Amino acid sequence: MVRWQKRAAAGVAAVALAAALAACSDSGGKQEEQSSGGGGGNVADTPRMKVALITHSGPGDTFWDIVRRGAEAAAKKDNIELQYSADPDGAAQANLVQTAIDSKVDGIAVTLNKPDAVIPNVKKAIAAGIPVTILNGGLDQWKSTGALGYFGQDERIAGQATGDKLKQLGAKKVVCVIHEQGNVSLEARCQGIKDKFGNVENVNVNGTDQPGTQATLTSKLQADKTADYVVALNAGIALTAVQAAKDAGSSAKIGSFDMSKEMAKAVNDGTVQFAVDQQPYLQGYLAIDAIWLYKTNGDTIGGGEATLTGPAFIDKSNIAAVQKYAEAGTR
Amino acid sequence: MASTITSPVSADDRVSARSLGARLLSRPEIGSLVGAAVILVFFVIAAPPFRDINNTGTILYQAALIGVMAVPVSLLMIGGEFDLSAGVAVTTSGLTAGIFAYQFSLNVWVGVLVALALSLAIGAFNGWLLMRTGLPSFLVTLGTFFILQGLNIAVTRLTSGAVASNSIGDMDGFGAAKSVFASEFKLGGVTIKIVVVWWLVFVAIAAWVLLKTQIGNWIFAAGGDAAAARAVGVPVKKVKIGLFMAVGFFAWFAGMQLLFVQNGVVQSGEGVGKEFLYIIAAVVGGCLLTGGYGSVVGGAVGALIFGMVQLGVVYAGWNPDWFKAFLGAMLLLATIVNLVVKNKAEAR
Repeated sequence: MVRWQKRAAAGVAAVALAAALAACSDSGGKQEEQSSGGGGGNVADTPRMKVALITHSGPGDTFWDIVRRGAEAAAKKDNIELQYSADPDGAAQANLVQTAIDSKVDGIAVTLNKPDAVIPNVKKAIAAGIPVTILNGGLDQWKSTGALGYFGQDERIAGQATGDKLKQLGAKKVVCVIHEQGNVSLEARCQGIKDKFGNVENVNVNGTDQPGTQATLTSKLQADKTADYVVALNAGIALTAVQAAKDAGSSAKIGSFDMSKEMAKAVNDGTVQFAVDQQPYLQGYLAIDAIWLYKTNGDTIGGGEATLTGPAFIDKSNIAAVQKYAEAGTR
Repeated sequence: MASTITSPVSADDRVSARSLGARLLSRPEIGSLVGAAVILVFFVIAAPPFRDINNTGTILYQAALIGVMAVPVSLLMIGGEFDLSAGVAVTTSGLTAGIFAYQFSLNVWVGVLVALALSLAIGAFNGWLLMRTGLPSFLVTLGTFFILQGLNIAVTRLTSGAVASNSIGDMDGFGAAKSVFASEFKLGGVTIKIVVVWWLVFVAIAAWVLLKTQIGNWIFAAGGDAAAARAVGVPVKKVKIGLFMAVGFFAWFAGMQLLFVQNGVVQSGEGVGKEFLYIIAAVVGGCLLTGGYGSVVGGAVGALIFGMVQLGVVYAGWNPDWFKAFLGAMLLLATIVNLVVKNKAEAR
């Protein structure tokens, strides 16, 4: 570094420091964060186990973060060491299952949203005597693998319920936003809405590009003035859709799948009309707890059938009961 | 690479009197301008909502989202390098401002300044490491890409306990910062996002620097033939580090737009893949992948083409299954028109 660069760097640091000292925010920030009081329950006295949770989540996805929290809560209670890993690529996710088999875990909880890639290794795990539970995706395939149980929602049924709800609300034309092109679960939701509602048009956006999504949805609403409802398939996209409707000068209302802290606020103040909750926390929790119950007591949950964790509709009438959990990041 | 050496400037020196038309045709961005016109006409015919003047603001916004970063990426490419970390660096900057202000409960502007310092430092680090090791920019910035991607998620989770940063929407200074980075205004009935204005200002300044200043000449020289440039006294090292820092500066600006456009929350996984869109805009706009040739205006036109095609497909109401295929075909069309015009121009 030459001298002027050093001086510039020092200058920037000094300015930042001085500003930091003089510029505390009166509102918001960590100072307002409330401590939730550590629950500190008892831990099971069963022998320590190692269980792997393997999902198809992309990095930095709030939905999967909530699934993981549920799994961690169950693991903590059950004296389980939880190994979390994820890869959106089917082959790579399958390989993570193989890694879990290799490291001789006591159980595996896995998503089957890319069933063709992952199922062979799931069967291998079961053949090696490792109990496996399926969560979130794979409703049609999980039984054939010999897994202990399935915890998730039937996306088609969730979509159909949403279609009925939209009819009730008096919607006329619905835009269904797919934020991950080619994702089977998302397609099934929009298809379910179509089954019951009829006048549905899909639009594809890039779920990991928020400003781009906003511009795409704005243009969609500008192009189609008859659209009076936008249904987003995750919380982040729904909040973006709110902004897009405003930008487009459209009076379209917003409905959504999934909850989050911000979504709870939006449902509460009426900017989003309803959210279809599939309770991701519960999916993670049950998938891990089921393994523990099986290992310690031979139990299985669901009586050979899938255990559905959704759909539950959350709107203004019942948001109060959910909001504090959403704030804490568990709904 | 013969094509990298014959810059339009030297051609001008040798030919004493060229018509205005010929001079215009020899500009690197002319092909992309024709390409943009072709795309525009295509969608005006194919997509009725495209004709509505009120929708222009949306198209310009989409273009600006890529265009702001295409400015430094074009300059960097003319200077012979490229930056794979540019996409996630935007997210890093937005997260830094948000997390810093939130964790220490400070005025939002402090976070904004800290993010600026960090973004410039990341750019300087990229440039310094590149110059120090002599490795290709592909490798160096690939490393930074992964480091930033990992840090974005890990640090966000460490501080907020989740994978999105905590909202700073209710903190002091948010409103003022939002009006600078992410406000909007009406211009004759068309809603214009402020980022579009900033984009045009940035393009104008960068184009002026590139074409009218000594630094601009240095950038062309450093990208065309670094060894020859060094031999005639061009400070190649400084120029390249400076270019990477320019990428850092613009990543900061784009990161602030990302942070303030909605309630002050940034999702930590965002930005992956955006680096390619910036490079695509620059290349569609006539910048050579090998350096030494191109223009800032071209990069802006490239971003405009991308924005028009992306939204044109939506405005036209085509089956969304085909979206990416349309996008690819349109970009190829634009690039081929670009190439044909350029070849015609050079044949004169």
